[in-house]
Amino acid sequence: MRHSYASLIWRQFKKSRLAVAALILVISLFVIAIFAPLIASDKSISIGGFKISAPIPFSPNSYDLSRILEGPSFTHPLGTDGQGRDVLSQLVWGSRVSISVGFVAVGISVIIGILLGVLAGYYGGAVDIVISRLIEVMMCFPTFFLILAVLAFIGPSIYNIMIVIGLTSWTGVARLVRGECLKLRSREFVVAARVAGARDRRIVFRHLLPNALSPVLVSATFGVASAILVEASLSFLGFGVPPSTASWGSLLSQAQDFMDVAWWLTLAPGFAIFLTVTAYNLVGEGLRDAIDPNLKT
Amino acid sequence: MIPTLFGITLITFFVIQLAPGDPASLKAQSGTDALKSDQMVEQVVSETRKLYGLDRPIYVQYGIWLGRLAKFDFGNSYRDHRPVISKIGDALPITLTLNILTILIVYLISIPVGAYSALKPSGWRDRITALALFVLYSLPNFWVAMMLIVLLGGGDYLNLFPIVGFTSDNASTLSWIGWMGNVAWHLVLPVTCLTYASLAFLSRFSRASMLEVIRQDYIRTARAKGLSESKVVWKHAMRNALIPLVTLMGTLLPSLLAGSVIIEQIFAIPGMGRLGFESVLSRDYPVIMAIAFIGALLTLASVLLSDLLYVVIDPRITFRRKAA
Repeated sequence: MRHSYASLIWRQFKKSRLAVAALILVISLFVIAIFAPLIASDKSISIGGFKISAPIPFSPNSYDLSRILEGPSFTHPLGTDGQGRDVLSQLVWGSRVSISVGFVAVGISVIIGILLGVLAGYYGGAVDIVISRLIEVMMCFPTFFLILAVLAFIGPSIYNIMIVIGLTSWTGVARLVRGECLKLRSREFVVAARVAGARDRRIVFRHLLPNALSPVLVSATFGVASAILVEASLSFLGFGVPPSTASWGSLLSQAQDFMDVAWWLTLAPGFAIFLTVTAYNLVGEGLRDAIDPNLKT
Repeated sequence: MIPTLFGITLITFFVIQLAPGDPASLKAQSGTDALKSDQMVEQVVSETRKLYGLDRPIYVQYGIWLGRLAKFDFGNSYRDHRPVISKIGDALPITLTLNILTILIVYLISIPVGAYSALKPSGWRDRITALALFVLYSLPNFWVAMMLIVLLGGGDYLNLFPIVGFTSDNASTLSWIGWMGNVAWHLVLPVTCLTYASLAFLSRFSRASMLEVIRQDYIRTARAKGLSESKVVWKHAMRNALIPLVTLMGTLLPSLLAGSVIIEQIFAIPGMGRLGFESVLSRDYPVIMAIAFIGALLTLASVLLSDLLYVVIDPRITFRRKAA
């Protein structure tokens, strides 16, 4: 075999220019989030006697009350907010919140989903009945309201948000994995593995899960997009991370007060959310088409 | 259906247990203004304990709660001591109007849009619709709501639609038709915000479904025997393409109800979403639990409804057991 499965998928993925562009956007957002302290900071770094200031020479929390609600200008490309803070710098730091919530929440939901999906699909019987019921029950709840209620009880913090989003969004992955295991468990290669004396764990991890991996990856990509949206909505309602770390949603929430005088305050974070969500959705779409070109719609 | 219902009560009960500390004493603490005297605090604590049977073991508590649930007795609101069920009775019709209207509009637009772009796949019209739908799908609805308010709701630009409430203050003086008109006028912006994301999702789904059907043999047969194109599409293809779309109705409702929370909050519509959000803010546990439970119940009902719709769309499906 000359081409690995991953490289086959990559070759298909590359065919969609839109998906590749979205992937580049996703990666650059990731880089921006990681290097936010270097990109937007009012402290300059000195290397060998030279002082290099950050590309955006403002910290997200450094306010300047003499320059409040300034429109976009050369010094403040996206203007300033009601306390004279630089909007672009806040956006750059806000991306850390969005992206980490997206990834951790999806990580949690994927782990729960895979675990329950394997248990249900591979062992079947009573286990399957119980887990399938649980999935049905979870899908009945208005998720966003459930998240809001639980957060009200346990208190909103960035970790609680990640956990609660993860705990309420695993049903899709669980159903996917369950279906895949159910479909494959009586196939010849699994039977052969069992005859050869492989234990359940080996069969599940070496033979079943790799087949379910690509649809799970697609579902996880869409999951990141929706987790980012949920976090933004929560912050918008004031249920998000504490105000010291401004997330895109809380920036929008603050912008509400200035909606008719400072349009850039509403436009910029909204556009950032939109761009990020679109990018993840497009990558998910591209991946799905790459995995199964027959499904291409 | 029954086990699912049972599971819903279990999860709701579990969520109540997450509440910090003893709900009884917490209730006494939270009502800072109304409950100044110690005597009243004492009374509230013992009342709440009795209501929830908090001194009993947990499975007994669950039993008591379940018994009250069966009678739709959710207790009284902590905030204004009105029975929860009457608060929900006020809010539910409003949210249902909002959501049923949304679902109707979503289906009415997305089915033809999907079918239309499926008939000439990869044409420029199809590409433009696909991109537009994709953009719509990713727009955060609270942001769109803010933008619509600024642009159309009397911010700096146009003042075409009201942005607060379900009816005008003087709506009760209007005639029946006038009242309907007033409600419709108030609902334009909120329904737009609720509609577009589901619309985008469903149109893409409807397109995929139509594409799948249109390449079946029976469509070729229908064309071959000389049926008009509209008859082929609307009679032979559409019915089959509709089946998977109907399944989605059950899953559409919970996401719409969730969307309602934020949209009702922004447009100050006194529905379930706003009631829910306000109860969350004021830790009004009985109301929160009742809304979570009723929301899940509604979803269950809509799943049942979409099962029934199958029979209408596809005469081959029947609920009667076949004689063996």
